[in-house]
This record gives sequence, C-alpha cells and structure tokens, in this order.
Amino acid sequence: MAYSELVKNFNRIREYMREFYVYGFKSRDEYTRKSARSYDDERRRLESWLGDYMQFRQTPEGKNVFISIDSRVSGHNPLYKAWKTKSFTDGDITLHFILFDILSDSDICMTTGQITEQIDTYLSQFSKPKMFDESTVRKKLKEYVAEGLLKAEKKGKTVYYRRAKVTPLPDTDVLDYFSEVLPCGVIGSFLLDKAGQHEKHFAFKHHYITGAMDSEILYSLFAALREKRSITLQTVNRCKDRMVENHVVPLKIMLSVQSGRQYLMAYMPRFKRITSFRTDNIVSVKSEEICERFDELENKLEGMLPHMWGVSTQSRLGDRLEHVEFKVRYADNECHIRKRLEREKRCGTVEHLDDNTSRFSADVFDASEMIPWIRTFICRITDIHFSNVQLEEQFKNDIKEMYALYGLEGDKEI
Amino acid sequence: MIFSELYGAYYNTVAAILSEAISHPVSDGELREIVKKYAFGESIVSILGALKEERWQLLKADGTTPIKNPPSLPLSILQKKWLKAVACDPRIRLFGEIDFDFPEVEPLFLPSDVIVFDKYSDGDDYTDETYISNFRLILDAIRNKYPLEIETLNRRGNPVCQEILPEYLEYSDKDDKFRLIGAGSRFGSTINIGRITSCKPCAKIYKMNQGKRNLSRPRRVIFELKDQRNALERVLLHFAHFEKRAKKIDDERYSVMVNYDKEDETEMVIRVLSFGPMIKVTAPKHFVDLMKRRLIDQKSCEQ
Repeated sequence: MAYSELVKNFNRIREYMREFYVYGFKSRDEYTRKSARSYDDERRRLESWLGDYMQFRQTPEGKNVFISIDSRVSGHNPLYKAWKTKSFTDGDITLHFILFDILSDSDICMTTGQITEQIDTYLSQFSKPKMFDESTVRKKLKEYVAEGLLKAEKKGKTVYYRRAKVTPLPDTDVLDYFSEVLPCGVIGSFLLDKAGQHEKHFAFKHHYITGAMDSEILYSLFAALREKRSITLQTVNRCKDRMVENHVVPLKIMLSVQSGRQYLMAYMPRFKRITSFRTDNIVSVKSEEICERFDELENKLEGMLPHMWGVSTQSRLGDRLEHVEFKVRYADNECHIRKRLEREKRCGTVEHLDDNTSRFSADVFDASEMIPWIRTFICRITDIHFSNVQLEEQFKNDIKEMYALYGLEGDKEI
Repeated sequence: MIFSELYGAYYNTVAAILSEAISHPVSDGELREIVKKYAFGESIVSILGALKEERWQLLKADGTTPIKNPPSLPLSILQKKWLKAVACDPRIRLFGEIDFDFPEVEPLFLPSDVIVFDKYSDGDDYTDETYISNFRLILDAIRNKYPLEIETLNRRGNPVCQEILPEYLEYSDKDDKFRLIGAGSRFGSTINIGRITSCKPCAKIYKMNQGKRNLSRPRRVIFELKDQRNALERVLLHFAHFEKRAKKIDDERYSVMVNYDKEDETEMVIRVLSFGPMIKVTAPKHFVDLMKRRLIDQKSCEQ
C-alpha cells in the first residue's frame, strides 16, 4: 500500500513514539520486531507530525532517531498531534462537510431521503459527481448521532435528523491549562483546535507528557469505572514479549507526577487481590458486566491507601506490612529539610526529635518503593532500619557502591 | 473514540480552506498557506492532491465550493464529558464561576476516581477566596498586560512589595503550585501565588524595566547508567520531561545527557541521587563534585 501520513490504528504508532521519546538510542537495525519498511514509514510519519522535535544522531551502528522535548518550554503537549492523524476515506470527508452544511442550523430537520437528495445537488457541481446511496448516508448519520453531533427524532415511522445545539466554547485559558494537567487532556486540545490561535498564558514545570499516548486506554477505563463495570484487559509483558489477558474490576486511576507513570488499580477475581497495571502496558480494554461488589472493593482499596507508598499492594517477602524508619540530621540553617520531610512524607510519620534531627517512619506494603526517595536524603541519614532485612542490606550496599563509584571508598575524600 | 478523523488535523485544515472558499475563490498559494498552518509537514501533497483531483468533492476547479456556511461542529459527547470532568476539578474556580450545562452527559471522571500519589502535600489552596481573587486578578493582568503591585512575606515573615508586569503563570504538577513569572524587578520576578498577601493593579505610571526578566540559565549533566533492576526505563522515564539524549555504550551501560536550568540544580542532584549506584555522573566536574560532597557528608553521618 502507498505511504500515507495518516494511520488507521493508533497502537503501532504508540509503540514507536514510546521508543523514540523515552529511549531514543536504538538504531534502525534494532527495530527487529517490525519490518524495515514499517520502521521507515512510522519514522517518516512522526517526522512529519512532530517536525523539529524529531532529532537524529549518526552512530557507528547507524542513524538513531529520537524525540527530544523540553516540556517546560513547549507550552502544549506536542504528542497530542499523533491523535489527530486518523485516516478516513474520500467518501467520509466529502459526506462530512456536505452533511453539516445541509444541517447547518439546529432548526433544520430532515429525513435521510431528503438529505441524500440534497447531497446530490452539492455533488452535481463536480465533473464526475460521487454517488452516495441512502444506506451509506443513514450509516453516517447514525455515527454522528452516536458521537452526539446530531440528534435523531422519530415522528411516526420516519426518523428526522438535526444538528445538536451549539454551545459556546470555554475560555482558552481554561482549555490551555486543563488540557495539560487533566487525564485525557488531548480532548482539551481538540477543543483548542476549534478555538483557533490565541496567546498562551501558562507554562508547565515537572511536566510529563508521555501519558498522552495512553489517552484512549484511560478513556475506556474511566468509562468502565464510572459504570462500575468489570473489564477484560489485554496487557503486554515487555520483558517476556507476550500478551496477557485478565478479567478485572477497575477501581481507581493512580498517577505519578514524579515519573509520569499512570496506573490502573484493579481487583483481580482470579487471585482475589487488588493490584496495579501500568497504563502504557495496556493494549486494549473491553467493557464487561456490571460488578455488584464494586463499592465494597473500592472501600477495600481506600483502606489500603494508608499503607501504600506508591502503587504496590504486596510485600516482596510476603509479609503483611514492612516497617521503615530513618533519622536525618540538618544544620541550623537547613530548616527546609524539616519542611521537605513534612511535605513529602505521604503515608509516613515525621517526628522532630530536636532542633537538628528528625525521624521518619512508615508501615507499608512494599518498602522497596520508598528507597529512591530515602536516597534523596543521602548526606544526612544518620540511622536507618528496615524490617525487611534484605532490603536494608541492599540499601547499605548500594551506598557503599556509590562511594566506590566516586572513588570514596575507605577514608578517601575529594 | 478519541482517535477519530472528526478531531483530525486534515478535517480542521479542510474546514479552514472551505471557510475561505465560501467568500472567494481560493488560490493555490492560499491553499498551501492554510495546509502549512493547520496540518503536518507532508500534508500539502495529499490534501491538495485530493481536493484538486476531486477525490474529496468539496472544492471546485476554480477554487470555489458548493458549501454555503463556514464549517462548524457542535460539541461531541466525548468533549462534553471531558468538560464536565473539568468543571468538577476544584481548580476551575480560579478561572471564574464556570459551569457546563450539558445535562445529557456525565463527567468522564470525578476527582475521586484519580489519585496523584506523589505530589507534595503543601500545594496551593485552591479553595481559599483570597488565593482565588489574586489568581483571577493576575490572569487578567497577563491577558491585558498591565502591571501589578504585589506584596509577599519573605522567609523571615517580613512583607516585601514589588511591582511586576506579569507575563505568564507556571504550574508544577509535583509541587501543585502556581508561580507568576514576570518582568520588572531588579532581577526579574518569580512569585509563588500562594505566598501573596496583597495584590492590586499598579496605581502609579509604570515604566517596565526592560531586560530584567528571568532568563534561563541552561546547564547540562552527563551520566553513565547501568541497566540493572530496570534502571534504564526508570531513569529515562523519570528525566523524560527534560531535553535529553541517550546513547548505548555496551549491553548494560548507557550514556545519558540531560539539559536543565541552573535554578533546579539542587533538585537535579537529589533526583540523580535517588537512582543510587545505577547512575554515575561523569560531567561536568562541578556536578560530580556536588555528588561527591553529598556522599562524603553521608559517610560522616555513619561514623
């Protein structure tokens, strides 16, 4: 098939965007799972959509392609562009603009037959007019009714169609802000396209944009969650390169603003437990039956939150809870450390032992989730204890390894 | 469906072309300009080709169209659902008393469906009436480009007053705070909105202090990454919001370069530290020394 800038299926491009944006060090030869032609086509598409954000580097192994974006400067999430590339047929676009021109006002109300006749009048102005039969037009009208763009009204046995009422768009500042900070923000970006060009008044710091690629998945998860429905999840295990299917009850979406990861918390009836799924590993979501136990399961998750540092709901050693505590010291002019502990403690407890010492403690399902955060206090940790002995050993060995990395073993200094 | 041609760049481009063609025959030059503005790098060939060859029977050979009205679409259910979710967010009040009257749809999600588990707990209070009124005034000043007189409390709790020409608001997901970025004071101005005690339009005639704004101070750190315990993915995702480059050294080692701003250097140091021995900073020496200093201090804590 001839190359087209537009695509039918988002999942394939989602994978490539992830590779180019998150990793960006692979050469063409390393994309072995797909054909070379497929790689060339996807790379060309992304280049066309993202322009200067796509960059190249020549290495001995070949040309590396990567996407590099400073989201603090970009203002709007450039990855949203990928959601505006759905392919369509010549008939789709022709019908679309003529249909909405015929039904240009919500006062105009017509049957499929009347609309089809009018379409012919429009097309008769072309040298080789297209022909749309009534069933094609009806199908399109039904699609637009399902999208909420048209209203269908039955009078007797006849169905009449009219345009849905026009509602004013919200202020562009509202759209600019929420399209970047709320889940499924790409929908806000669609609304901004309707609003046209305008001055932007917001910038975003610590702003992860990768979640944009999972928008359709999140949309389906929210739909199921709101209706308290079970779902069948198809997920990819990237390490083992295989697909897994699970029947689960979606309960909450959990977001990390420090890694950009998005998770579904769901109950798995097969294992009788609540667990997390990364949304970027979810390939498809199929809505199933309404779950009678939804409220009970949601309450169960709420009850677990005071012991969840991140999204893990299980100790690696099988213990119910793991205890962690550590002390930090700080100088008189380092009061910000106290504040840091307070604002970053999450489900933990902070005690200020004296003017220069504080103790943090927590009982969590999985203490390993806390390790990256605890390491941010390196330079002032005076005492640390994990009930999970292996974890404590690993933490201490890691610090020793860090000393060695910078040549600070033994008594060496700078 | 989010992935739909209805929201696509091609439909938007054709809508813009037809809006012009209603009033006058559109020239090739105009067509190219519109496609360049609304579509992608390679769209000119496909969109112009499809219109000219009458595969899309919307634009006649003379540049006119049988379409009579500027193309427009009502809001879709998808868009209404998302807007209703926006209306449920407490931050919506910062923008005025806004409600979306779509009784036929439910919000896509409620704030209670989403948990942000690692944002800082001392974020701005979006329900505080003073905060809301300050925010609205600042946003108005940004839109209409007039200066403000703002009073904040410094670290010692003493009031500090400054005049500022607001330029934009910066929001941090992690801090859950807004900062006002503007020009005017001696060193440029960044003000945490949550710290403002008083905010009013500048009464006296204001002369903008040209050039005194917050200039970025780009810095770069290069580190070697050891891909153990899934570190490669964790590190690259963690630093994904910066401009960065990764290069493979061998099967287990990668070199990563991240650009950041000088004002965030301390934050960068602790973010690098959080990956423990999976990351070794290799350049610049100044950053290596910052890492060493922290480790030496840690050693002293253990004695």
